[in-house]
Amino acid sequence: MSVLAIAEHRRGELRPVSLEQLAAGRDLADELGGELHTAVIGGDVEAFGAELNREGVDTVHTVDIGEEFNHDVYTQVVTQLATELDPTVLLMPNSVNGLDYAPAVANRLDRPLVTDVVDIDAEDGLTATRELYGSKAETTIDVHADQAAVTIRPAEWPTIEADGDAAIEAFDATIDESAVRSTVKGFEEVGGGDIDITDADVLVSVGRGIEEEENLDIIHDLAEALDATVSGSRPLIDNGWLAKDRQVGQSGKVVTPDVYIAIGISGAVQHVAGMKGSDTIVAINTDPNAPIFDIADYGIQDDLFEVVPALIEQFQ
Amino acid sequence: MKILVTVKEVAAVDDEFEIDGLAIDDRYVTADLNEWDEYAVEAAVQIKEAHDDVEVVTATIGPSETDETIRQALAKGADRAIRVWDDALDDAGLLDPETKAQVLAAVAAEEDPDLVLTGVQSADDGFGATGVTLADKLDMEWGAVVNDLDLDLEAGVASVHRELEGGVEELTDIEIPAVLTIQTGINDPRYASLRGIRQAQSKELAEYSLADIGLDAAGIESPLEQTSLYEPETEGEATVFEGSPEETATELAELLAEKGVTS
Repeated sequence: MSVLAIAEHRRGELRPVSLEQLAAGRDLADELGGELHTAVIGGDVEAFGAELNREGVDTVHTVDIGEEFNHDVYTQVVTQLATELDPTVLLMPNSVNGLDYAPAVANRLDRPLVTDVVDIDAEDGLTATRELYGSKAETTIDVHADQAAVTIRPAEWPTIEADGDAAIEAFDATIDESAVRSTVKGFEEVGGGDIDITDADVLVSVGRGIEEEENLDIIHDLAEALDATVSGSRPLIDNGWLAKDRQVGQSGKVVTPDVYIAIGISGAVQHVAGMKGSDTIVAINTDPNAPIFDIADYGIQDDLFEVVPALIEQFQ
Repeated sequence: MKILVTVKEVAAVDDEFEIDGLAIDDRYVTADLNEWDEYAVEAAVQIKEAHDDVEVVTATIGPSETDETIRQALAKGADRAIRVWDDALDDAGLLDPETKAQVLAAVAAEEDPDLVLTGVQSADDGFGATGVTLADKLDMEWGAVVNDLDLDLEAGVASVHRELEGGVEELTDIEIPAVLTIQTGINDPRYASLRGIRQAQSKELAEYSLADIGLDAAGIESPLEQTSLYEPETEGEATVFEGSPEETATELAELLAEKGVTS
């Protein structure tokens, strides 16, 4: 009755979700009355292993293989680790890389997979909480299996900060090289412009609610009136209306300005991940139920096409 | 060359809605082609336009009501469509990624595609796992969250960008045949032309039961059971400015001035 959490790292740094999994995993292990194991694969496993030795962790498994993430390698290693440790719950991050190997591992282990969970408990069988319809509704799911694989949403659990006294053990994985059919060639920073939105004190950020590219003029006018920088949510970048480096969110930039004005942005979790650290958040949106109002400090629940021109007038 | 694209009809929910048991009340739901799948269809059609002898086939799990959505993909350039439905799927309740992948793998086994494109996730249940599960079942290579794709058919390699978090992309070469899960923004999905819409009506849309694709209905059992559906509690403590747009704009302007935001 144990829990195994697979850490994630990129370009020499452990990603925060690795430590959040330890909080989720410790709770689950307590409910199951078992041990919490965590594992790190590739990179500087000695340093990562020491970093993962946090309070509540029983064993850290280090797998010294490769430098960066490769899903073919991860799939094989995690499958072998889980087969050997036989955990009741196998935890993986619901990150881009997590979703690049977790489904294959679950398939090989013949375990049900529940992804993107925001809450989970194992007191009376495994029950996971997930969001549906772009966070508009929440659902609980009972998992009818003795063992499961679960990916957890980043930033839903606290990170475990206190040092631990875990056993650190090296795990020897056997890699079938013929099954490694992908090669990571490198990384690229997303560019497009000459403005760094992470430097801005004030961001005027715009979302799908702007409807048409021409309507962006009022956003630029407002930004000019406020001496602010324009940023946006994913749909605008996908449409090519703003340069890629203006994107705020999980797959864009994480910003922490003094003031973040979210205009016509509903506040999907992927967007919120990139801006929730802003000092003051102002939301302008017609939908009073838009999730952006859950994290905003100030809100105007009205038509942006009326409010924004009125606001520009105030500053002229 | 054959490209199989998985196409799902998803439920788009209105801003205001009511819940009826374990589902959103039908009155607040509109059926639509999954946004991520639109980009996958476009990617497939662009490959078809760039190379000779490419056939694009769509695969959908869903009842006959989804035919209209499937025709959207046909109108945008897919050559033909396959739809699988069965009482056993209807009865299974919440279809988990494994069950969906099992059905799609049976379709793929019949079709023997060189490339499978899926959306990264669906807009309604958002598991984001069907594509990679499918790849593993087919013993194909895969790539998740692809936002740039360059195919070298002679070398048998797909050079992709994978969109990681934080404005970083991973550049990866993937051996084909492969399953790629396609991220929004990879291309600019076309609108269906009137000609395309007309042609779509005469394109083949084959309907299969589980038995037709060699699956035993008794083997279809989802291990996941949805036990509740509710609106998340609002945690917000926002100060909401009330009044006309002029009044709220004035209040906001005062606030911004207090915060030191002025031109």
